[in-house]
Amino acid sequence: MNSFSYIRAADPAEAVSQLAQQSNGKFVAGGTNLFDLMKENIEQPPYVIDINRLDLARIEPLPQGGLRLGALVTNADTAWNELVEQNYPLLSKAILAGASPQLRNMATNGGNPLQRTRCYYFYDHATPCNKREPGTGCSALNGFNRIHAILGTSEHCIATHPSDMCVALRALGARVNIKGVNGERTIDFADLHRLPGDAPHLDNNLEHGDLITSIDLPEKQFKTNVAYLKLRDRQSYAFALVSVAVALEMNGDQILEARVALGGVAHKPWRDEAAEEQLKGQPATADHFKAFADTVLSGAIGYGHNTFKIELAKRAIVRALTTAAAQSVEEPSSQPLV
Amino acid sequence: MKNSVQNLQLPESIPVSLNVNGQQHNLSLQPWVSLLDTLREHLHLTGTKKGCDHGQCGACTVLVDGKRINSCLTMAVMKEGSEIVTIEGIAHGDTLHPLQQAFIEHDAFQCGYCTPGQICSAIGLMNEGKANTLDDVKELMSGNICRCGAYTHINEAIMQVKEQEAEAAILLKNTEASGLHEVSERDETSVPGAPAREAELVTEAEGGASHE
Ligand SMILES: Cc1cc2nc3c(=O)[nH]c(=O)nc-3n(C[C@H](O)[C@H](O)[C@H](O)COP(=O)(O)OP(=O)(O)OC[C@H]3O[C@@H](n4cnc5c(N)ncnc54)[C@H](O)[C@@H]3O)c2cc1C
Ligand code: SF4
Ligand code: FES
Ligand code: FES
Repeated sequence: MNSFSYIRAADPAEAVSQLAQQSNGKFVAGGTNLFDLMKENIEQPPYVIDINRLDLARIEPLPQGGLRLGALVTNADTAWNELVEQNYPLLSKAILAGASPQLRNMATNGGNPLQRTRCYYFYDHATPCNKREPGTGCSALNGFNRIHAILGTSEHCIATHPSDMCVALRALGARVNIKGVNGERTIDFADLHRLPGDAPHLDNNLEHGDLITSIDLPEKQFKTNVAYLKLRDRQSYAFALVSVAVALEMNGDQILEARVALGGVAHKPWRDEAAEEQLKGQPATADHFKAFADTVLSGAIGYGHNTFKIELAKRAIVRALTTAAAQSVEEPSSQPLV
Repeated sequence: MKNSVQNLQLPESIPVSLNVNGQQHNLSLQPWVSLLDTLREHLHLTGTKKGCDHGQCGACTVLVDGKRINSCLTMAVMKEGSEIVTIEGIAHGDTLHPLQQAFIEHDAFQCGYCTPGQICSAIGLMNEGKANTLDDVKELMSGNICRCGAYTHINEAIMQVKEQEAEAAILLKNTEASGLHEVSERDETSVPGAPAREAELVTEAEGGASHE
């Protein structure tokens, strides 16, 4: 790890102005991704600005409905927050399917969306990687790419975004509150992350100096017909090969609204709103789910070792939709759906 | 502690005060020293182990303000003012913590390298109060890898302590309900993260010595 100067910010304005002054500086929240990458010399910030003393560690209902999740609330406290468990159980399930209890006690709501890919070549200095060193090439394209993306890829990068929490936030239609050098703004969660295109070194659409202050969950709650299905090489404490977050609004057996987001398949949590229209007004049957899954994966490309993910994702979508549709009143549980 | 950027051309040591196992330590540390290295190399508390140094194994698990975390992925400066409990701080004198005792009784380790992390993690799990079944315990202990594969015995040890605590809680409730209120001796030295004294049902280690 490189040596660095440590700055403890007292409030959001100070944090933003400190970072704006240090073009290579980094915020640290839980530290679980930043320090991991610093130990590998992937990140080498000369300045680390500790934002843990900022007053952003609360979860509070919004006056117009919805729930504000402070950027510094830990993933564990978010998953086990009573209001989240009751009104947005999909988010609890997704968070609890990720990492480990210790890591969730450290990881924060602001840090989780900004964690970087787990592509092995990104971590390996000995190999070319456009994300780590723009212009050097992508070793995964023709390399061992079992964990890589099948949707929204480019010839420059086929990395995935590894978060579970973000898949649920995408399905729920969260919004991200940001404080930047030029003031405050709010963006749709869908617009936080980007596809690799020809600039895979950029994971997201934030500017240097931007501080995520909170994430808002919308007024619309999905309390019952939800499911988070995570498929991985070991049953717990492993990143997703494919994950599916489903939130349904049902009237008896009929689907009024369907939200389906995928993790582990793209550079950002993947959602196909146009395809979701296909399920509207339909009965919750396997045939409809299969047709929907085919539509969502119609543009998927396999790169060899990860080609199995196309069929896996289709089956996962069908299973998660079936589970969500069959859900009646939920018991909160620490068990992620496997 | 507000540093102005101009003063920070050369990374310097920063005063850090930590309460570790009930004892106050005023240290001067460079910012890149992990909490794990602080405990092991600066405070010589080598019970906490370094397995992977990347958050992937749980050997470095300690309790910070009652919550279990991976001490390898946090810098000590970030924990200024925190109360930290390590494996060295959970016994009461010669009386083992119920989980330590249960690990011995259940033969819940082979090489023992993961054990301090397993036990601290299990204390964190008890504090969280979310594990009700064996399956819950398995899932919520998944952040601790055991290279020797002692999982079955580890889970049994934790389940036993959970059951002991549930029984002790019922006993305490009944005692209170019957009006025979015993004065519970809450140990002044009790550390955050350790279960309340009245919940302990510790008997002297019998077969324990053979494991040491
Ligand atoms: C072994 C291991 C297994 C894991 N498994 C999973 C898993 O299965 N699923 C999963 O989803 N995740 C998993 N994770 C990743 C973990 O969830 C993330 O590391 C964590 O959520 C990052 O949050 P943090 O607060 O620790 O971020 P940090 O490491 O502190 O920061 C990450 C990045 O975000 C920036 N940042 C942090 N907060 C803010 C803010 N408020 N505003 C602007 N920028 C900010 C930092 O500058 C940094 O660039 C795993 C991690 C490890 C080490
Ligand atoms: S997939 Fe992306 S992160 Fe991985 S080697 Fe290629 S460019 Fe780098
Ligand atoms: S040493 Fe910290 S998790 Fe392995
Ligand atoms: S007892 Fe050897 S690693 Fe767990």
